[in-house]
Amino acid sequence: MRHSYDLAAVALVVVLTLGIGFYGLRLARTTSDFLVASRAVSPLWNASAISGEYLSAASFLGIAGLVFAYGADMLWYPVGFVAGYLVLLLMVAAPLRRSGAYTVPDFAEARLGSPAVRRLASVFVVAIGWLYLVPQLQGAGLTLRAATGAPVEVGAVLVAVVVTVNVAGGGMRSATFVQAFQYWLKLTAITVPALFLLLAWQGDGSPDLAGPDGPVFRETTSVQLDSAVTVEVTVPVTVQLAGAGPRLLEPGLQTLAAGTVVFPAGAAVPHVDDISSATGEQWARPLSGAGGLEHPLYATYALVLATFLGTMGLPHVLVRFYTNPDGAAARRTTLVVLALLGAFYLVPTVYGALGRLYTPELLLTGRTDTVVLVLPGALIGGLGGDLLEALLVAGAFAAFLSTSSGLLVSTAGVLVQDVLRGTVRDFRRASVAAAAIPLAIALMLSSLPIGQVVGLAFAMAAATFCPLLVLGIWWRGLTPPGAAAGLLAGGGLSAAAVLSTLAGLADRGWPAALLAQPAAWTVPTAFAVMVVVSLATRSRVPADVGRTMLRLHAPESLGLSRHR
Amino acid sequence: MKEREQGAEEPPKRVAVTSPRTVAVRRPPGRQTLRALDEQDVVGELLIRSLIRAQLLLGLRLAVVFGSLLGGLPLAFAVVPATRDVTLFGIALPWLVLGLLVYPTLVGGGWLYVRQAERNERDFVELVERS
Repeated sequence: MRHSYDLAAVALVVVLTLGIGFYGLRLARTTSDFLVASRAVSPLWNASAISGEYLSAASFLGIAGLVFAYGADMLWYPVGFVAGYLVLLLMVAAPLRRSGAYTVPDFAEARLGSPAVRRLASVFVVAIGWLYLVPQLQGAGLTLRAATGAPVEVGAVLVAVVVTVNVAGGGMRSATFVQAFQYWLKLTAITVPALFLLLAWQGDGSPDLAGPDGPVFRETTSVQLDSAVTVEVTVPVTVQLAGAGPRLLEPGLQTLAAGTVVFPAGAAVPHVDDISSATGEQWARPLSGAGGLEHPLYATYALVLATFLGTMGLPHVLVRFYTNPDGAAARRTTLVVLALLGAFYLVPTVYGALGRLYTPELLLTGRTDTVVLVLPGALIGGLGGDLLEALLVAGAFAAFLSTSSGLLVSTAGVLVQDVLRGTVRDFRRASVAAAAIPLAIALMLSSLPIGQVVGLAFAMAAATFCPLLVLGIWWRGLTPPGAAAGLLAGGGLSAAAVLSTLAGLADRGWPAALLAQPAAWTVPTAFAVMVVVSLATRSRVPADVGRTMLRLHAPESLGLSRHR
Repeated sequence: MKEREQGAEEPPKRVAVTSPRTVAVRRPPGRQTLRALDEQDVVGELLIRSLIRAQLLLGLRLAVVFGSLLGGLPLAFAVVPATRDVTLFGIALPWLVLGLLVYPTLVGGGWLYVRQAERNERDFVELVERS
């Protein structure tokens, strides 16, 4: 029964997304329509659309999963996701809109007049877009598996296909309508169940979340293992294995075979080997290293830097600014976005916290990213639990679809402009290419926590496009060689860090911490290289820099001829 | 057809209008200061530089304030461990701040910035149009 509600929810979101998309298609006629919705999108629509596009799998599932497993330090993820928009507002929103650029490569060319820098920027747009798409597709797989038991590949392929059809068919105008609708769907889908869960928790006598014990099974719990899992046992416990009778788990690393394992009420939860057990006190306290995070102070600052500075460089965020009519509207839209996002991010933490009490078995299976989906069934149950779960599944799918289509529009847009010829037909072909490659990567890679992979995409954006945009907008001295050198340094170092983290090259100590959260050293390096090389190549400052600066900063109401 | 009789030029070719409507009404720069801006002479340069400086300082000022407020938190937790365990209204301070209070604060910061940035631009437009 439960599965059929979930399936209906997925089907409904997919049909609505495609339906609204094709409604938009009738309005889309020229290439310009396709790429930026003719700039005829009103500010509230636009703010909803930006927020809808931004709230990805990482926001809907990943944050709760990280808070659940690693505690208070993970609160910096949602804070950074919102604060990034404040930095964007303070530093780039209005000038970026006035630059008239669709994408970062457009901006690079308009500001620096260099096709080489443009091409380099295009490479990083595609890299960041793909790095961000992979966890969306993986999240879709996880969700469909948690909801219906389908293999993980099914959800990933489903989302990739729907998004490609939608984007290739309707382009950005349809994406704008779709995204705006998805924001409100996601806000409802995460908030309503959270209110019921909080009521149920209160009805349960508001059990303490920050107590001196680690997570325990509150009642006799049977855990279904799809594959063998290695867990760390801290307190000896006798479990019942389906078909094999009782087994005493001694303290230390133990391997549990696939099948059903029944834990007695009150047993401490053995944790999967890459998450270490933490007491409620440790979990609730910042910088305690709960869950096995090393060097938490460094990791916190690196994350803050990546999210605060990375937001402005995300490809699907930038392209949205062109749909504002002018610079002042871009600012006001960003302010509305801050409020819309702030409202959403109040909620995921609730799931992460309640998961400690009611779904601790996810710490054993390692499927912490599904805590949002599993909680209603565990805490409320019955028909109500099923319906709330279906609502959450719908919201999660909305998240995968909206972020993926936003990313696809912008990566495909860059592919069209810089790789293929700029016609509508090619935009369609580019969309297919832009979706196929991350899908292949998602199917090959074993899954890391969704939130963490998205964090890497932010780190890469912060080390490449943040210096390019900030220096390009505010500093006349930026030169094409300086920009290129900075992009190569920041992007190259980030790529090395990302690849070695994905490959699991270092898993302990400082090397692991530095590679998993690279922004703290890559961002300053990128800024320094950009400034130093620009100073060394002063003669290459573009001749029209004064005119560009005038266009970026003078209000449109003056009616200067520089504004298009 | 009439145009063709009047001049020797070809009739204008049909073009696809792909460029969007703009909101800013384009005015020919008539007054002196406006022309100075548009033509990038010394006065125009000085004017636009002063606007850029004002906007940059505004952005940086707010970035420093919010950066040190937020960025100071992990340091405070690290240096004064007691701050990690303080509770207010039954909620641990770190959760209250990072889970709740930070969001309205960020919106407030954005609102302050937008108000002041628009004021800077209004002053600039007035300065240009007055002269």
